[in-house]
Amino acid sequence: MYATSYHRASSVEDAVKLKSANEEGKYLSGGMTLISTMKQRLAAPSDLIDLRHIPAIRGIRIEGRKVTIGAATPHADVAASRELAAICPAICKLAGHIGDPHVRHMGTIGGSIANNDPAADYPAGLLGLGATIVTDRRSISADDFFTGLFETALEEGEMVTSVTFEAPEKAGYAKFNNPASRFAMTGVFVASTAGGVRAAVTGAGSSGVFRHPGFEQALASNWSPDALNNVAVDPSNLMSDLHANAEYRANLVKVMAKRAVASAG
Amino acid sequence: MGVEGIGARVTRKEDKRFLTGKGRYTDDMTVPGMKYAYFVRSPYGHAKIRNIDATAAKAMPGVIDVLDGKQLQADGIGNLICGWMIHSKDGTPMKMGAWRPLAVDTVRYVGDAIAIVVADSSGEARDAAEAVVIDYEQLPAVTEAVAALASGAPQIHPEAPGNLIFDWQIGEPDAVDKAIASAAHVTEIEIHNNRLSPNPMEPRATLGIYDTAEDHYTCYTTSQNPHVARLVMSAFYNVAPENKLRVIAPDVGGGFGSKIYIYPEEIICLWASKKTGVPVKWTSDRTEAFLTDAHGRDHVSKVKMAFDANNRITALKVDTIANLGAYMSLFSSAVPTYLYATLLSGQYDIPAIHANVRTVYTNTVPVDAYRGAGRPEATYLLERTMEAAARELGVSPAELRKTNFIRSFPHQTPVIMNYDAGDYEASLNAAMQAADWAGFAARRSQSEARGKKRGIGMSCYIEACGIAPSAAVGSLGAGVGLWESAEVRVNAVGTIEVLTGSHSHGQGHETTFAQLVAGRLGVPIESINIVHGDTDKVQMGMGTYGSRSGAVGMSAIVKALDKVEAKAKKIAAHLMEASEEDIVIENGELKVAGTDKAVPWFQVALASYTAHNLPSGMEPGLKETAFYDPSNFTFPAGCYIAEVEIDPDTGETDIVQFVAADDFGNIINPMIVEGQVHGGIAQGVGQALLENVQYDANGQLLTASYMDYAMPRADDLPSFSLSHQNTPCPSNPLGIKGCGEAGAIGSPPALINAITDAIGHDRLTMPATPMKVWQALHAAH
Repeated sequence: MYATSYHRASSVEDAVKLKSANEEGKYLSGGMTLISTMKQRLAAPSDLIDLRHIPAIRGIRIEGRKVTIGAATPHADVAASRELAAICPAICKLAGHIGDPHVRHMGTIGGSIANNDPAADYPAGLLGLGATIVTDRRSISADDFFTGLFETALEEGEMVTSVTFEAPEKAGYAKFNNPASRFAMTGVFVASTAGGVRAAVTGAGSSGVFRHPGFEQALASNWSPDALNNVAVDPSNLMSDLHANAEYRANLVKVMAKRAVASAG
Repeated sequence: MGVEGIGARVTRKEDKRFLTGKGRYTDDMTVPGMKYAYFVRSPYGHAKIRNIDATAAKAMPGVIDVLDGKQLQADGIGNLICGWMIHSKDGTPMKMGAWRPLAVDTVRYVGDAIAIVVADSSGEARDAAEAVVIDYEQLPAVTEAVAALASGAPQIHPEAPGNLIFDWQIGEPDAVDKAIASAAHVTEIEIHNNRLSPNPMEPRATLGIYDTAEDHYTCYTTSQNPHVARLVMSAFYNVAPENKLRVIAPDVGGGFGSKIYIYPEEIICLWASKKTGVPVKWTSDRTEAFLTDAHGRDHVSKVKMAFDANNRITALKVDTIANLGAYMSLFSSAVPTYLYATLLSGQYDIPAIHANVRTVYTNTVPVDAYRGAGRPEATYLLERTMEAAARELGVSPAELRKTNFIRSFPHQTPVIMNYDAGDYEASLNAAMQAADWAGFAARRSQSEARGKKRGIGMSCYIEACGIAPSAAVGSLGAGVGLWESAEVRVNAVGTIEVLTGSHSHGQGHETTFAQLVAGRLGVPIESINIVHGDTDKVQMGMGTYGSRSGAVGMSAIVKALDKVEAKAKKIAAHLMEASEEDIVIENGELKVAGTDKAVPWFQVALASYTAHNLPSGMEPGLKETAFYDPSNFTFPAGCYIAEVEIDPDTGETDIVQFVAADDFGNIINPMIVEGQVHGGIAQGVGQALLENVQYDANGQLLTASYMDYAMPRADDLPSFSLSHQNTPCPSNPLGIKGCGEAGAIGSPPALINAITDAIGHDRLTMPATPMKVWQALHAAH
């Protein structure tokens, strides 16, 4: 790791100020990707501005069916929240299967979606739920937020402060692990929401997380795993790597989608 | 015999320090003035070095020096060597290309060391390494062995035209061809054995210390055999004469073979310490471990197995191409020859065998012994072939094996080995019973009802351990003898130090070796210390690999104990005025048999050192040394059964049961043996289902981290069902055979036989990843 300066931000304003004062700095919110990248000397931020200790952006708030999760909330807290599980168990299950216990206690929802790893779980969850990502300066719909591999709509210096969504009528998530990294080799989140049925796929798309309109249409008329039997999954936009080629991923996308629907009940 | 003797489940003495973080590993060693090394390594699979410019690097903060291969050569440091001579079938010696510790004009794999940076901190050393400017001329690379033999392939070493190191054979080609021509049935199969990265928990490390006043070197290193390291560094690399070089391998966190060899880094750090005047420490990071630790396996073989009308094997023909990587590592030539082809008879009475082996240079990390070393390759080939043959012949896999088992001993195979003892059917029956083989059809129906594919597979392995009779291996080309040494040092108060040439890097020698002494002398296990791993403390020894520490290392201790016991009895007889023949050792006392006369052990020890009242002419002291050279290999054998359930939607394999029935001869500590089998099976599951080193066409390592190299984890494994059959080994005094590698040898074929049983055809290579199994299922339809 190259030398870097560590700052622990005390508030959102403090964090934004630190970031603007250090052009080559980076926000740190768990560091589950950034720190290992730095250890490999593939990233060299001059400063790290740690967001995990800002009280205002930590924790889960539920008002009726409206859910707000602070950006600095670790996965383990989401996984363990009984109030959240009562209205949206699928997101708790998703959080409970990210990485391993160490990762779940360090990694945060804000860090995960700001990084937008194409094999991360949360992007599928938030896109599938039709969530809104709240930053220090605006609100962005999940449909607009995830723009590509490790790319988001966040502007320079902009930080995620929370995510919000309406608890869906039902939702489910199923993923198939990469045998080596245990990241999602394919993960599918399906939800029946007030705004309609949504199905989001992570780990598979060559441009990152994406919605699958074919699944959504089929499930809108018949919410059952079998409804997906005849829906085609086009492998041409899917990733190929050492562990899964596009054809196999296309198969996994459908199998995981069916399992997600089954798990949603 | 007390509860702490042979056969007792004694908890491991060494675990207190390991489990409380108090182990002392090479990287824990710190000496005054110590500095840190970082290696500049090739980013290319194959390139010429046009120029090395370290000017900027040398000016960086904290940098003491940057040294390169020309300086190393100028100081007379020798090239790395392979210590086992193999001759091709035309009589020519193997064609060993030069392996300079620091590459001078050509780099041949990604990770090939080019220069060493010594600096005040490891961070500064790494910063400076990035500032070393190297002008490369990239050359075409080749990473697959078969491709490297093709005409027009990039030429890797001038010494080895066509990249062929040797073209060797064993057995009788004419008899085999004749038997195949007249066979009732011939099974033909192509077998791939995947390339593996060893991944010990502790990465390699070394600390080189040069003492100007004494002109003496000390090398701390992560080695399985510190004496061999000293011998090789002294005799071949001209680092220093043996009396001026001390090698210490302290606690070592796993090796699996990868820490047998002498690597460039040890040599370079010792040399750099003299050159810079400071102690130099290097610790590999995990990426470097992937890039530079010797890999294992990587064979491609064509097999023909001939049967008569009664399903008896009449001949076996094997044609193997083995990838040895960019340079010949220390024992690399022995692994695909004498550690492999000599086991191709397996547990079967095969009248004629012929194996041809070609070894090949490629632009990949050197390949050498990895847990099992040659024997997993032989077992996988043979047991996959047996399974395929049983399917073709329409007989059960057990029946085909039983028809062909060797049933009388000693048995001379056509490929050198002389099996001394075994009962293969006993293990087969025990495994089938434990696995409820008879109930499989019903379990398969249940799986099918749930939409799953179920399969069962067995493997009957044999291996040769306890390497080895020195004269025998010498006649086959080994550069060293493979005996072992022991010194039993009884202190004046009766406590005991055992100095052994074996080296524990996880095996639990401090416990099992102490059990042997405790049981023999009836003294508490706490009063016994096992000393190993330091060439200044311990007499010359050959180290630990090939499951040899029990069969060879402990046999040496037995020989030394025989001498200690004989002298102690003489002293006791003298003290009690009894006849030496009447003295027995029981519960820490030397007794006159049939009387109540006794002297405690410590009193005999004390008497030996006070020397006030010893038998006339006896030398004082109670300390004996022995060297044990085995008369034969040992032959652990067994039967493993795997049962799997496959999800046809994803290709995911679930190992629903795994049964191991092993014959290790007599067992010292069943708990430790079970641990060895568990670990071995886990590595076998890794090879069969998960692990695979992959390079791209340019020689870039694609699986250089755990993001892409899949290691077995707890939830990949079932609970193992183990049992033990015992035909004591007649070739050593303890009747033990060795257990360290069996799990890794026996399990891959059992697993692949089970998976191919489930998918209904044999077209599947390791590792059986979900994608490959899914593809194989689709191919079947």
